[in-house]
Amino acid sequence: MHKDLLRLARGERAVRRHLALCLTAAVGAGLLVLVQAELLAGVLSGRFTTSALLLLALVAGVRGVLALVQGVAAGRTTTAVKSVLRHRLLSRLRDLGPARLASQRSGELVTLAGRGLDALDPYLNGYLPAVAVAGVVPVAVLVRLSAADLASAVIVLVTLPLIPIFGALVGMHTKAVTERQWRALSRLGGHFLDVVRGLPTLRAFGRAGFQAGVIRRVADEHRSATMRTLRVAFLSSLVLELAASLSLALVAVPIGLRLLGGTLDLTTGLLVLLLAPEAYLPLRNMGNRFHAAMEGVAAADEAFAVLDGEKASDGAVSEAGPDGTAAARGGGAPGAGPDGAAPGTAARARAESPEIRLENVTVRYPGREEAALEDVSLVIAPGERVALVGESGAGKSTLLHLLLGFVTPESGRVLVGGAELPGASWRPAFVPQRPHLFAVSVADNIRLGSPGATPEEVEAAARAAHADGFVAELPEGYDTVLGERGANLSAGQRQRVALARAFCLPAADALLLDEPTARLDGRSEAAIVAATRELSEGRTAVIVAHRPAMIDLADRVIRIAGGRVVSDSAMMIGEAR
Amino acid sequence: MNRTGGRLVLAMAAGAAAELAGLALIGSAAWLITRAAEQPPLAALSMAIVGVRAFATSKGVFRYGERLAGHDVALRAQAATREDLYRALIPAGPHGRRGADLLSRMVDDTDAVQDLLVRGLLPGAAALVTGLAAVALGLLLLPPAALVLLAGLLAAGVLLPAGVTAATRRRAARIAPARAELAARVADLLHGAADLAAYGAGERALAASAEADARLAALERGQARVNAVAACLGVLAQVLTVTAVVLVAQAGEAGPVATAVLALTSLVAFEPVLPMAAAAERMAGVFAALRRLKEIRTTPPAVAEPVRPAAVPGGPLTVEVEDLVVRHAAGRSPALNGVTLTLAPGRRVAVVGPSGAGKSTLLAALMRLVEPEAGAIRLRAGSDGTGNHGAGDDGAGDDGAEAVVDLRELPSDEVRRVMTGLTQDPYVFQASLRDNLRLAGPEAGEEDLAEAVRRARLEGWVERTGWDTPLGEDGRTVSGGQLQRLALARALLNDPPVLLLDEPAEALDEETADALMTDLLDATRGRTTLLVTHRLRGLEEVDEIVVLENGSVVQRGTHGELVNAPGYYRDLWRSEALVARR
Repeated sequence: MHKDLLRLARGERAVRRHLALCLTAAVGAGLLVLVQAELLAGVLSGRFTTSALLLLALVAGVRGVLALVQGVAAGRTTTAVKSVLRHRLLSRLRDLGPARLASQRSGELVTLAGRGLDALDPYLNGYLPAVAVAGVVPVAVLVRLSAADLASAVIVLVTLPLIPIFGALVGMHTKAVTERQWRALSRLGGHFLDVVRGLPTLRAFGRAGFQAGVIRRVADEHRSATMRTLRVAFLSSLVLELAASLSLALVAVPIGLRLLGGTLDLTTGLLVLLLAPEAYLPLRNMGNRFHAAMEGVAAADEAFAVLDGEKASDGAVSEAGPDGTAAARGGGAPGAGPDGAAPGTAARARAESPEIRLENVTVRYPGREEAALEDVSLVIAPGERVALVGESGAGKSTLLHLLLGFVTPESGRVLVGGAELPGASWRPAFVPQRPHLFAVSVADNIRLGSPGATPEEVEAAARAAHADGFVAELPEGYDTVLGERGANLSAGQRQRVALARAFCLPAADALLLDEPTARLDGRSEAAIVAATRELSEGRTAVIVAHRPAMIDLADRVIRIAGGRVVSDSAMMIGEAR
Repeated sequence: MNRTGGRLVLAMAAGAAAELAGLALIGSAAWLITRAAEQPPLAALSMAIVGVRAFATSKGVFRYGERLAGHDVALRAQAATREDLYRALIPAGPHGRRGADLLSRMVDDTDAVQDLLVRGLLPGAAALVTGLAAVALGLLLLPPAALVLLAGLLAAGVLLPAGVTAATRRRAARIAPARAELAARVADLLHGAADLAAYGAGERALAASAEADARLAALERGQARVNAVAACLGVLAQVLTVTAVVLVAQAGEAGPVATAVLALTSLVAFEPVLPMAAAAERMAGVFAALRRLKEIRTTPPAVAEPVRPAAVPGGPLTVEVEDLVVRHAAGRSPALNGVTLTLAPGRRVAVVGPSGAGKSTLLAALMRLVEPEAGAIRLRAGSDGTGNHGAGDDGAGDDGAEAVVDLRELPSDEVRRVMTGLTQDPYVFQASLRDNLRLAGPEAGEEDLAEAVRRARLEGWVERTGWDTPLGEDGRTVSGGQLQRLALARALLNDPPVLLLDEPAEALDEETADALMTDLLDATRGRTTLLVTHRLRGLEEVDEIVVLENGSVVQRGTHGELVNAPGYYRDLWRSEALVARR
């Protein structure tokens, strides 16, 4: 068994119990086949009376019940394992923090944690029981056979190992080729998906029809390559079949001849005939389920790689991020707190903005040579509005992520209100560059940070963010559920929903904005600038800005280049103001 | 498809032959042993001995043949399905853009055909043939026993799968949404990680996904119970049928040889039949996938292709848009509501306006991706735009009429050969930069590529990345700005008679955007160009600016005229000018 899965199964009581029940039922049913053969041989040879058929029916009943138990227990095992694994995976990914998640292929992770784990089904409910049966039943058959007829038992004993040996030989010979072929198959699927996704672009340049031919050609080439491999790979199943059926012939013919000579009785003869295939069947079942099971193992490997892999290589990204800072903040959510005040009035209720102080901070992302931020020191006074400017990749977003606790410095300290991050409990409101809209209602999207907010508070926040107009036009207003990644809102509208989130967090003591007006047209930009001006009133604000209108809003402009502060308007007060 | 059909029959025959060989093997072995116990002369057994050996050998060979032929057929069928699906998707669909998740599910659906063949049709055919053969053998030996066997096989091979199908269908209707719900929660958790962490909402989102997981798990356990019941009933049917066959045979005085042959062939006949119940469960999903594929194939395209296509008139082309009305769905307010504009050869027209004003819809209509509800778009040969010239040209009206063609009379591919360029949401293929560019100009030489790259200000990136480095999945190694410039390079390389540019400076930072616009306006000088933009810098250079709001033209004129008239354009220009002074 997969060793990590085994550890998981051992650790979870429910999983352990269901799995044990499933395997026991499978082995029990396998052993009952021996009893069935015994009874059938007895009845057919005339040794047992017809009334033994009653026992046979009883065996059928018990086997049926065991099959039922096995199936139900298998269902419970697989769902329990998948739930546990999925939960651990998602918790782990959350703990990685958004900064490191961004560097992973999030699409693949979504698939892995979603449909990907379904690949475990055939492994857990098919392959594992087959392995358990294969470990017990052939031995039991051999024992019974040797008691009945040693000569037949020897034939089975000698031919039985041929199955795994030949299987392994052919497998070894074709393993690399087969694996390459399966990878090619998934690449083929990838190519097809790629072409389908890019269809609008192909259409624009009149290349859509041409690609249809490419799709066919690629598929044809792939098919002939695959068939070449399969001709060899399927030899293993040929060997499995041949070993099993030829052994039956090897056993049956001598038995027939010995019966003819009178040296063997019919009951034994029939028993051997009925039992011999049962020695091979479990091994064949196991072999047939091997491939599907290996896909499950691959999924498990991937999942455990995410779970275990990155604990060692901890770089700039905070492990404790959400656990420490965000979780602490979650506990003190304004909805849960005493102040359920509306955003407008809440400005007075919120705590004093803290001072933000960076002391010689260096941030380096794992696997990167150059630092994302290098030896940055600055002090942002309470209530100051700071614009961070600079080319993309200069380190502006890293600075924001540092203040949010998404990344931890390699050296240096970040102090908020005198307490060091991560750990300091402060509540900045954050509007990312590309805010994610969740597949829930608009209202729930707005009250993300304050789940207890009343509908009035949500609407007030939307009004303040200039979002009330388009929300009112949605089919169900604030109750409209947003579609696939919130795709049914324009970029400007999404940005305003994200700003409303910030407005719906009246107790926030600072505002962190990452290029809120990138990719917006003039009118949307004007609305966002106006909303940001109101939101940052009397509050510390750090705004990553590209567009002049946004920079205008700030009291202080800090330019960052190559991870360093290269100019700071606060340092040039004499000249500039 | 005929060759595939032939191979399918071959695969089915091989599969059936393998199962029949298995049946014959056990039957002849049972006969051999029970007959031998009666101690006849050796010669009486020789046929059976040969039979046992022959059936034993041929079973494996047939199985090998079935697996090879079956996989070959399945791969062919899948390739054909994918090609069909792709061809069905080529005409622009009515739903507009499809989400990435929906697309990948569609691609997964094409695997259904493979499943249908390998897990449904082939084993089904083998089970049918084997069952019939066993019943036929029974009829020869003892008809009443054959009837018992037939009843048992029907129960296991027809009733049971039907029951599983019925139970699965009800449940599948609930499993699919539960699965989608879980996928959405997981996607929210990962794609929205930053938002969740910043707002301390991670714990709640995790709980929501756990809830969705629990709901799905409950449904899956229910499905497992259905399958377990089916497995239980299958075993019961098999063993009870064999028991009944023995009972009937002994009551019918069939003799020990016939009884043993009947009992053992009955037992083995169930082996290909029992998996049918599990296959039925799988087929429910397969049929749903096939239905979805069929729906796509039968969806009418967004625009109708002309029955008798006209040709694009030769020479420099004028594009005339007249009172164009486009509505994306019946009942919704029109995206374009009576837009008129003229794009004469060599002239550049800019379309500006707030998001949602209909700018992209106008481009889609020009590229013949949406069908107008009213009004027309025409291509006219020569520089004779409507109204620009006096009555003197009316004398040549007959000639002129021949040189005018409505877009609806042209094949849509032909329209896009004339009018195309940088479109919304450009895509980066998993291919080299060279191939990604070359799709817009298959005949382009190295120098043309280099020129397009230079004009799109992409050469720095090309130097760093190299021409032949594959670009990552979903263009992940490509930033937004690079993507935009790649798309621009494609448009310049394609060099259509009428160049359309949809927000070329989008996703670029201020300085790069300014530089790009400057280059762009240089590069398009003298080219017929329609530029959609929300930035006004540089628009002094274009010949006409059209301001769209709510699907209608609210202002038009040159930059000089528009900045002196009150309205959207002047407001926006003032705010840009204000900040530009800094």
